Amino acid sequence: MDKLERTMMKGTEAIGEAAIQAGCRCYFGYPITPQNEIPEYMSKRMDEVGGVFLQGESEIASINMVLGAAAAGVRAMTSSSSPGISLKQEGLSFLASLELPAVIVNINRGGPGLGNIAPSQGDYYQATRGGGHGDYRMPVYAPATVQELYDITMKSFDIADMYRTPVMILGDGMMGQIVEPVVMHEKDNIELPPKDYILDGAEGRPSRIVKSLILDVRLMEEHNWKLKRKYDLMRNELPMHEEFLTDDAKMVVVAYGTAARIAKGAVKRVRSNGLKVGLIRPITLWPFPDAAMVSITKKAKVILVFEMSTGQMIDDVRLATQGKVDCEFYGRPGGVVAAPQEIARIIERHWLQKELS
Amino acid sequence: MKKVFTRPESLKRAPFHYCPGCGHSIIHRLVAELIDEMGLRGKAICIPPAGCAVLAYNYFDIDVCESAHGRGCAIATGFKRALPDRFVFTYQGDGDMAAIGTAETIHAANRGEIITSIFVNNAVYGMTGGQMAPTTMLGQKTTTSPYGRRSQVEGYPLRITDLIAQLDGAAYVVRTSLATPAKVMATKKALKKAFEIQLQGLGYTLVEVLSPCPTNWKVTPVEAFKYLEERMEKEYPLGIFKDTTKD
Repeated sequence: MDKLERTMMKGTEAIGEAAIQAGCRCYFGYPITPQNEIPEYMSKRMDEVGGVFLQGESEIASINMVLGAAAAGVRAMTSSSSPGISLKQEGLSFLASLELPAVIVNINRGGPGLGNIAPSQGDYYQATRGGGHGDYRMPVYAPATVQELYDITMKSFDIADMYRTPVMILGDGMMGQIVEPVVMHEKDNIELPPKDYILDGAEGRPSRIVKSLILDVRLMEEHNWKLKRKYDLMRNELPMHEEFLTDDAKMVVVAYGTAARIAKGAVKRVRSNGLKVGLIRPITLWPFPDAAMVSITKKAKVILVFEMSTGQMIDDVRLATQGKVDCEFYGRPGGVVAAPQEIARIIERHWLQKELS
Repeated sequence: MKKVFTRPESLKRAPFHYCPGCGHSIIHRLVAELIDEMGLRGKAICIPPAGCAVLAYNYFDIDVCESAHGRGCAIATGFKRALPDRFVFTYQGDGDMAAIGTAETIHAANRGEIITSIFVNNAVYGMTGGQMAPTTMLGQKTTTSPYGRRSQVEGYPLRITDLIAQLDGAAYVVRTSLATPAKVMATKKALKKAFEIQLQGLGYTLVEVLSPCPTNWKVTPVEAFKYLEERMEKEYPLGIFKDTTKD
């Protein structure tokens, strides 16, 4: 493949094609707006590459089909949107405990309940706090460009295999629908641990068990600590973020995904008026880029968290900054997409209020 | 000296934890014997249920993947689609198959997934302590139908096997019983047929086995086998409901 070739791609297509290029050969999903282009794309492409596409009878069935394929050793994924992701939580808890690799895409829509089909970030807690039952975590990526959707989707399959964990890609309707140039490339050639756990028939080897039922409480505690050690490793190795004009910033906006795109536009606007404002965009929501937050407390006086929710990620910003910096919030929940001008006005107001000039 | 009885290779050297008179031990043995006889150990993947038989992995010496309650047929679908040349079967109870997993069961059957479901029907939730099952019979007392199952309150027993026989994707659908040694042998024959049809790739195969649960029926094992034949077999008639190799 020509590595410099740029192709115009829709976000949902970028996710699908990156998954195919990453070697994903099993897709299971159930239709829900605004992510239907992913199963539609996969239904066509899986046939071309000799993979499996199957529309399950529900999100619950689909995530369990993913579980079966993952336990069989095949790279597998599913995608859905908020109400459908709620139904997948049982499966996510099982995948986490069974330590099976899988990629789950959530194109976040307005909620709670049936909500609407507009872009929203209301699923942050569900994504980063586990969502399903039990003491587990999972890596959550929040791409903000179509190129990043492509790169992160590809990377997610490696991360899933590396740590034997489900990985979530958290987007929204805006990220799914936007069309941008993408440089397609082959996947990184990184060394992954051997899949010595898969079930493919006990031919010439002892039989294997994939299970999460551990009735002995001491063994269950041991399993929980083992998972914890793995999560600690992820906390050290996985955090990703982008910084934009933070070097001299007295005020830093923190936003992810679509909200970060809007915030970036706002930062550019206020910069043209001489306001020293920067942006930190977490790319991993779990593990949260704590170190980047801590370093910003040494420079900036005010942090403004902007989310398309009533305020969820702000908890993580506060935990990371430990009260060492003024932490303000602006949110538009329910599917409302603010314009950069709106955020620029909020930034200016805080700037004046806090006497930052 | 000729050896006339031995432990199947596909069963681990572990005593069953099942209650005296429980049917699981018998069915486990039949399945293990067939896996040996048909040379399936190297390609077999078992999906046990949430229920008493969740611990099947302690006994079957084959690859086993645990399932959340009711999701067996979806997980089996994932395995079979990923590895089409393997032998994949679910082992499920009545709650797993016909209550919480009804959708997964019916749609796997309707898609004609090339898997086998072994459906152990004892008309009660065994592991959780004897609550009402979708297959609990009218008048039958359980811990959550203490007055006996009433059609106007708890609804009717669900004959999911009869339902599945109507689906185009199902290739072989049969109901057997463990009530007598002859019926145990007939169960083995039905399982063998189901396994063969899966290996031929003809469609979904389902063997429902009526099985005693003396502990939760609160009777002796001997009484349980009598109840199985006199009561359960009336509610759930034995027979072959569908056989596409004969049609």
